[in-house]
Amino acid sequence: MQLDAKIPSGPIEKKWDKHRFDMKLVNPANKRKYNVIVVGSGLAGASAAASMAELGYNVKCFCYQDSPRRAHSIAAQGGINAAKNYQNDGDSIYRLFYDTVKGGDFRAREANVYRLAQISVNIIDQCTAQGVPFAREYSGLLANRSFGGAQVSRTFYARGQTGQQLLLGAYQALARQIHLGKVQMFPRTEMLDLVLIDGKARGIIARNLVTGKIESFIADAVVLGTGGYGNVFYLSTNAKNSNATAIWRAHKRGAGFANPCYTQIHPTCIPVSGDYQSKLTLMSESLRNDGRIWVPKQKGDRRPAQDIPEEDRDYYLERKYPSFGNLVPRDVASRAAKDVCDDGRGVGETGLGVYLDFGSAIKRVGEEVIREKYGNLFDMYQRITDENPYKQPMRIYPAVHYTMGGLWVDYNLMSTIPGLFVIGEANFSDHGANRLGASALMQGLADGYFVIPYTIGNYFANTTLEKTDLNNPNFRQVEAEVSARINRLLSIRGKRTVDSIHRELGKLVWDKCGMARHADGLREALEKIPQIKEEFWNNVTVLGSGEEFNQSLEKAGRVADFLELAELMFMDALEREESCGGHFRKEYQTPEGEAMRNDEKFSHAAVWEYQGEGQKPIRHKEELTFEYVHLAQRSYK
Amino acid sequence: MNLVLYVWRQKNAQTSGQMVRYDAKNISPDMSFLEMLDVINEGLIAKGEDPIAFDHDCREGICGSCGLMINGQAHGPKKATTTCQLHMRSFKDGDTIYIEPWRAKAFPIIKDLVVDRGAFDRIIQAGGYISVSTGNAQDANALPVPKSAADQAMDAAACIGCGACVASCPNGSAMLFTSAKISHLGLLPQGQPERKERVLNMVATMDKEQFGSCTNHRECEAVCPKEINVDFIARMNRDYLWATLTYQKPSSKGGGE
Amino acid sequence: MDKLLALYRSSLGKKYIMAVTGLMGFGFVVMHMLGNLQIYQGQNADGIYALDVYAKNLRSLGPLLYVARLGLLGAVIVHIITAIQLTGMSHKSRPVRYHKWVPSGSDYASRTMRVSGPILLLFIIYHLLDFTFGKVNPNFLEGQVHHNVIASFSNPIISLFYIVAMLSLGLHMYHGIWSLFQSLGANNSKYNDLIHNFAVLSTAVVVIGDISIPVSVLIGIVK
Ligand SMILES: Cc1cc2nc3c(=O)[nH]c(=O)nc-3n(C[C@H](O)[C@H](O)[C@H](O)COP(=O)(O)OP(=O)(O)OC[C@H]3O[C@@H](n4cnc5c(N)ncnc54)[C@H](O)[C@@H]3O)c2cc1C
Ligand code: HEM
Ligand code: HEM
Ligand code: SF4
Ligand code: F3S
Ligand code: FES
Repeated sequence: MQLDAKIPSGPIEKKWDKHRFDMKLVNPANKRKYNVIVVGSGLAGASAAASMAELGYNVKCFCYQDSPRRAHSIAAQGGINAAKNYQNDGDSIYRLFYDTVKGGDFRAREANVYRLAQISVNIIDQCTAQGVPFAREYSGLLANRSFGGAQVSRTFYARGQTGQQLLLGAYQALARQIHLGKVQMFPRTEMLDLVLIDGKARGIIARNLVTGKIESFIADAVVLGTGGYGNVFYLSTNAKNSNATAIWRAHKRGAGFANPCYTQIHPTCIPVSGDYQSKLTLMSESLRNDGRIWVPKQKGDRRPAQDIPEEDRDYYLERKYPSFGNLVPRDVASRAAKDVCDDGRGVGETGLGVYLDFGSAIKRVGEEVIREKYGNLFDMYQRITDENPYKQPMRIYPAVHYTMGGLWVDYNLMSTIPGLFVIGEANFSDHGANRLGASALMQGLADGYFVIPYTIGNYFANTTLEKTDLNNPNFRQVEAEVSARINRLLSIRGKRTVDSIHRELGKLVWDKCGMARHADGLREALEKIPQIKEEFWNNVTVLGSGEEFNQSLEKAGRVADFLELAELMFMDALEREESCGGHFRKEYQTPEGEAMRNDEKFSHAAVWEYQGEGQKPIRHKEELTFEYVHLAQRSYK
Repeated sequence: MNLVLYVWRQKNAQTSGQMVRYDAKNISPDMSFLEMLDVINEGLIAKGEDPIAFDHDCREGICGSCGLMINGQAHGPKKATTTCQLHMRSFKDGDTIYIEPWRAKAFPIIKDLVVDRGAFDRIIQAGGYISVSTGNAQDANALPVPKSAADQAMDAAACIGCGACVASCPNGSAMLFTSAKISHLGLLPQGQPERKERVLNMVATMDKEQFGSCTNHRECEAVCPKEINVDFIARMNRDYLWATLTYQKPSSKGGGE
Repeated sequence: MDKLLALYRSSLGKKYIMAVTGLMGFGFVVMHMLGNLQIYQGQNADGIYALDVYAKNLRSLGPLLYVARLGLLGAVIVHIITAIQLTGMSHKSRPVRYHKWVPSGSDYASRTMRVSGPILLLFIIYHLLDFTFGKVNPNFLEGQVHHNVIASFSNPIISLFYIVAMLSLGLHMYHGIWSLFQSLGANNSKYNDLIHNFAVLSTAVVVIGDISIPVSVLIGIVK
């Protein structure tokens, strides 16, 4: 496997401009002759499909939901970063670039991150022009807030529904192109495999989720914007149907998978309440601006929060990190919560929770001010837990939220398979080992609106594509494989439900490959995984047939892929003998218990190459060099 | 707690369906409504029976996938709450709960509780956007937008496209949904150039999709999980009248090379 | 022309039609009630009933009266036809009904428009036969309007029918008035309360004003 990142030469601030000039163009009349498949209609997919259609390409866009507007991006609450420096507080493209590289714990590619920071500015312009109702000041100009511990106010937001509004903007742009006939939309259609011809990505096999029909689609390039794989943990903040199938199938067809073990754990989620729990709900990070996090000092102190006097409370973040306090980055806050709970001081029935207390903020500024700032979040909390956060502290616990790992892509966002592009959360994005708040929305839209429309043209202009059609034997063969797999799932008729196996898998991944990992645990997990797989393929039950709307079948296919992906995550975590970002390897810590990177040996992206069923995949490396941001240990003390 | 459920079961669009009784035992009040259905489904699968199909995705009240008629109310008894955010503590031990899909000609049933809301997408495709191609934009702060207009636009834009308004409306009307999108864009200066075509085309598509007309029942507003106000319907009525009276097609004379 | 046709065919066009014709009806009912109240003035110095004078004056308007009558008749017919079309659309848009449906935001008045309307229609037919054409009046005398009214309302059954009809008029107006502002787009949250109060007040005035007449006749205040 060749890993050429194709980073343009020259100084970092000129790279993208230079590259744009160097790239070959496709003339407008010829664009009409190219067909592009875009899988996914989230921020990345919808913006890419719309922008490419505007340029003249013929686009087919797929999503599994009933409408492209429902892609998981809709759930993002907090905001989107951009280096506009509208607040005159010293922000700049360079600073956003710097913060992102540092926040990612030096495991991202500098050139990509710089481009991301550059483009961030255009994103806000584009979205505003589309009618995204960003928050505004009385002057009528755009408002900003600081987010996720950033020292400048560069986050643009639309109440607590930024993702929704940005997605609706992209969805509307997409709708316009559908109306004009330039995009053909296939909702409720799930990509189940990738078809290569002559080594290039030329199409997909998809299942119509309503009729169950397996269909082939042909194109000149395939773009995956299928989101993250956090649901491998079963419980996560992701939408229930988010899945890894598209990227996993592409991986099995030859696309390198980078840093699969990089997952972000968000510190402020509502804790699990029972076995029936189906998903976790995020409480915006902004709550940490006013809430104080604590647990009882005594192990097993079961008194209700209000009966625990000040002197018996441990405000552990303020104690351990006096300068950042409750505002330490996500990975640090999450791990600290886990530590106190492991220590037996967690709160709530399960003991897996810590208090996020607004008592002193309410005393300081009054309940009204707090209500104004966080009213809708408090309501949501109360709806779910039936507890009143104005009266008693919230209970929170970390949860899986985002996956930095994904298919490896070069500077042009092309994977190791020519003609297969990967955008948004699905690629091993620009966030390194840890993502800062409000940067995923930025990356998804940067990829879709402003990068892929250029780089795909360059690919077409430089590539001769063989003439082919759906009768090509490769299509026939992959289609047969897909059908065979579905039939296999339907014919097991065992005793266990898909969900029960998914839960079992999720617990294993969370325990062994979650906030803290240890080589022993990872090895143990690697031994367990084959057993769960075995159980799945022999004892799962999927009722009904393949020729109808069948949600159990959809789930089963996704879980089968998660089982394989989980194994790769364990391997990747085991090989990475360092603690970086949110990935704490217990063996590698400083004397004070902080994460310890090993830049000497692990300043690279680990890229896995699939070797076939039952074969150990090969680990390749893309070395990361840091010319602009100097490698340093992060400190939040 | 224990409940009796009557659930609409329908194999597909071609067959007819009926209400089927299920007993829900040992339901925790902390479960969400959909988690309760998950539990029922696990039980059905164990017995080898076809699980109940229902749409859902985010389960946090924002994607608009979920939507059930629960005891005759769209999204159930709690105000400003989607089905996925409704919890079982809103019910009492021993309650009987009727669960039905959204019913409207424009939302044909796919299976059980799953309906096809593609008509909403087609309404948006008819004009629910601002025609600005990528790269066309000026600096975001070059065009100030009064805060009140931005806030009001956001109120309208909060619609999640769930379809509860149609489901609850005695006339099966989609006016709340349509007017919310028209108002979101019509309130902003960016939306002015296409304002008239937009309202004319979107209303025409709404009618073509066979939604009913509105007679101002305000059911839609009451069940809307995002509390979209019927003011937006009044706004649309105003805009449509004005647009009908004043809209002129742009001249179609071609330009030179 | 195309535009108007498109407007007429559209769902929103139908709302405007209902609103405008309803508004005309509303205007008539108010004026009519004010006219009817003159029954309380009894006889003037010449021994002629005020109501009869009023009726006579109206009639002396000649062609103008016919224009008004035709206008109203047209409005009622269009109102009814459109109501039927709307009802048809509404049934078509939900071919399969719910097993259970519980109101969340609508009120009794809005849900019964399609009942209170037809009751009004029946009432109007009866009412014309009663006072205008004298076909069902127990003791009809051409031009003696005051007398005719007393003749009818002296019968408690007829009075009761009038009272029931007026109550359904009240329901129809209560929803109709708020509704017509909304339909014409002359509404937003700022005026909502105002319009609502106006609807309650004008409905109350018309209904109480009208009902007071049969009641007064029955208990003998008006002779
Ligand atoms: C609760 C929550 C809050 C967040 N808040 C923020 C925030 O405040 N700021 C921020 O920057 N980021 C935030 N994030 C992260 C951010 O929302 C996501 O990373 C980002 O939206 C991903 O966008 P995407 O386009 O890559 O994928 P998605 O939006 O996940 O879209 C995936 C698309 O792919 C389709 N798809 C998937 N698989 C298939 C298949 N096999 N076949 C066909 N179609 C398929 C889906 O239908 C969907 O359309 C948040 C995430 C969560 C979970
Ligand atoms: C003659 C028989 C009548 C029938 C069958 C009838 C029927 C209806 C129906 C079905 C509606 C639609 C419901 C709605 O829009 O809320 C309606 C609305 C209305 N009606 Fe009538 N109606 C009749 C007479 C009247 C009269 C006499 C008046 C005058 C007081 C009147 C005033 C209104 C008003 C103001 C509306 C509201 C219009 C709108 O929604 O914009 N109607 N009527
Ligand atoms: C108790 C209340 C009412 C009384 C006492 C009353 C009385 C009368 C009388 C006496 C006439 C005949 C006038 C004449 O011939 O000059 C009349 C005519 C009429 N009334 Fe009423 N009326 C009442 C309520 C209503 C209502 C509620 C409506 C409509 C919904 C209505 C509609 C009409 C119409 C359409 C005419 C015919 C007008 C014409 O000749 O042009 N009336 N009414
Ligand atoms: S207006 Fe409200 S009820 Fe209707 S689709 Fe939008 S959010 Fe749902
Ligand atoms: S419930 Fe229906 S009648 Fe109108 S106000 Fe809402 S659309
Ligand atoms: S499942 Fe997304 S809104 Fe309910």
